[in-house]
Amino acid sequence: MSDKMEDAGVGTKACAEEFWRWKEYRHHDESIDWRDAQIVSAGIDIGSVSSQAVILVDSKLFAFSNQRTGFDSPESANKAINWAMEGTGMTLDDIHYTVGTGYGRVNVPFAQKAITEIACHARGGNLMYGPTVRTILDMGGQDCKAIRCDQRGKVEAFLMNDKCAAGTGRGMEVFADLLSVPIQDVGELSLSVEQEPDPVSSTCVVFAKSEASALLREGWPKNKVLAAYCAAMAHRVVTLLERIEVEKDFAITGGIGKNAGVVKRIEMELGLTALQTRYDSQIAGALGAALFANALEGKRRKS
Amino acid sequence: MIANYGYKDGSGDFFIAVDTDKCDGCGDCIPVCPGKVFAVGEDPHDPLREEPVVTVVDEQRRKLKYTCSPCKPDRDRAPLPCVQACEPLALTHSW
Amino acid sequence: MITGGIDIGAKTIKVVLVEEGKILAKSLVPAGLDTDAATNQAVEDALSAANLKKDAVARFIATGTGRKTCPVTDNEVTEVSAAANGAVHVFPNCRTVVDVGAEEGRTIRCNEEGKVIDFAFNEKCAAGAGTFAEGMARALEVSLEELGPMSLRSNEAVPMNAQCAVFAESEVVTLIHNKTPREDIARAVLDAVASRIISMVRKVGFAPDIALIGGVALNPGFIAAMKRGLETEVLVPEEPEYVGALGAALSGI
Ligand code: SF4
Ligand code: SF4
Repeated sequence: MSDKMEDAGVGTKACAEEFWRWKEYRHHDESIDWRDAQIVSAGIDIGSVSSQAVILVDSKLFAFSNQRTGFDSPESANKAINWAMEGTGMTLDDIHYTVGTGYGRVNVPFAQKAITEIACHARGGNLMYGPTVRTILDMGGQDCKAIRCDQRGKVEAFLMNDKCAAGTGRGMEVFADLLSVPIQDVGELSLSVEQEPDPVSSTCVVFAKSEASALLREGWPKNKVLAAYCAAMAHRVVTLLERIEVEKDFAITGGIGKNAGVVKRIEMELGLTALQTRYDSQIAGALGAALFANALEGKRRKS
Repeated sequence: MIANYGYKDGSGDFFIAVDTDKCDGCGDCIPVCPGKVFAVGEDPHDPLREEPVVTVVDEQRRKLKYTCSPCKPDRDRAPLPCVQACEPLALTHSW
Repeated sequence: MITGGIDIGAKTIKVVLVEEGKILAKSLVPAGLDTDAATNQAVEDALSAANLKKDAVARFIATGTGRKTCPVTDNEVTEVSAAANGAVHVFPNCRTVVDVGAEEGRTIRCNEEGKVIDFAFNEKCAAGAGTFAEGMARALEVSLEELGPMSLRSNEAVPMNAQCAVFAESEVVTLIHNKTPREDIARAVLDAVASRIISMVRKVGFAPDIALIGGVALNPGFIAAMKRGLETEVLVPEEPEYVGALGAALSGI
């Protein structure tokens, strides 16, 4: 994959609902000629904040796009795939099999099948991080998932927490708001403390917020309050991970994966370093979906 | 696979774990459950699996603590109906 | 003998002065930033309302989440026994007390003397207590006091999916955007809190009469939701927020 990515130039406007700023972009690999391919498969991940489309040509990454999710899931799915196909000469009819995943997975009009993000994340993570990855932590805007998988990317254990805002981007956003710190600066600022403070004691975001307000009144600087919250969040996520029994190698995906303040503290508590990838971790779900699409198309042809 | 359905919030961990290698999709847990917590069907987390398996329905996933509370009185706790009905011992509760 | 009960809650501090089972005076002060100062203030207020000097009070008994650090106290009792004590004093036939405050909900079963038999808590998750309704009132841009009466004007039960105070706030905002009547949203919010409290009540197993106390019991919409959910009458004292302090004062005799 080349590093050439197009920036659609709209990605950096701050908006109340979006706390992880990121750029919309697309990419395609011009060295692959899809017209000769046996199987062209696609994966569409419709998340609550962003949507991705990935196109594989004989299970090689050919094109992908990443953009915000609109109000309407089918519309977002169409936009995502069209953008990924842009300039490649490919049309929807050239794609043999499409799998939808993510929160809007049943609303992908051109998909043959919907598969959960859990299965897709494991499968995509296996390719992105390599077959040694056993534990994947996905920390999104509204949920947190922990997945343990085998060397082929098959799920061995998982849990998803989308009930409670603690441990999600949303919880972090509440704190960023309280302290008027731009969300993307939270991580670094929290790491600028000389000494780690005790973590905030309440798990509940609502109660943690009152606790933090009290600390501010006591005269704590912002970075110290943030450090106390990032540490609490890291601890909470680690206790979640324990339920699925962490095994190395370990990887973190999702928006909070970009917050060093949380990631560093999770690594410290687990005594493990998270793997890095040259892919954008946001496409893990769509990539996994496309891999399943490829496998399901192969299976269909055999039968 | 160990599928953990449920959540953790400020008040604790509330997960029902399904061992999908043990679950044979018989559905015996469904009629005994007063909370309508279970459904049997395709494994949503393993698209390549052929046999049906039990899952926790979406409407219940985020409120198990409350849905299950009548089955879990503080005193004189009888075995949980769902756990008792499951012959292959595929179901466990975290609380 | 005159005794005083001090209930130090998360949001407010209540003081009740009692003589021979009769209430002489009561006061309520917001906890604010300095709980100790607020507590002293509440005690002062109650004393001056009763026209008494501090030495006229034989004993002060503290209860509530802040009872351990209370500056003026001779003794303390747990919130659970204070609630049971107070509720049975107000309603002699009460055997189940449901106490919902800002940060915690409790259900207590007790005997005719107000002794605790069993209890359960909803704690550490704001979705199970008064704070939940407070956050949603903010999202609806009404005061907490308005939320209840507003909910009583609802014609339709709309479901709330979010089970978290933080996510529910976004859900309320979406409902407002979708032009759902505010009255219906208000009802959905109070139904949601009530349903969580009710499952806790069922866990303890309830015996009649049921009394509803604590600050949230001031909310007529919440009372209606509790009655609907429990399918039975519930007793609500005139000033439900003082029952804990009353129970503490009574335990000092
Ligand atoms: S603990 Fe707090 S943040 Fe978590 S679900 Fe409850 S209200 Fe929401
Ligand atoms: S404990 Fe009761 S309500 Fe909960 S899943 Fe089992 S049978 Fe159903």
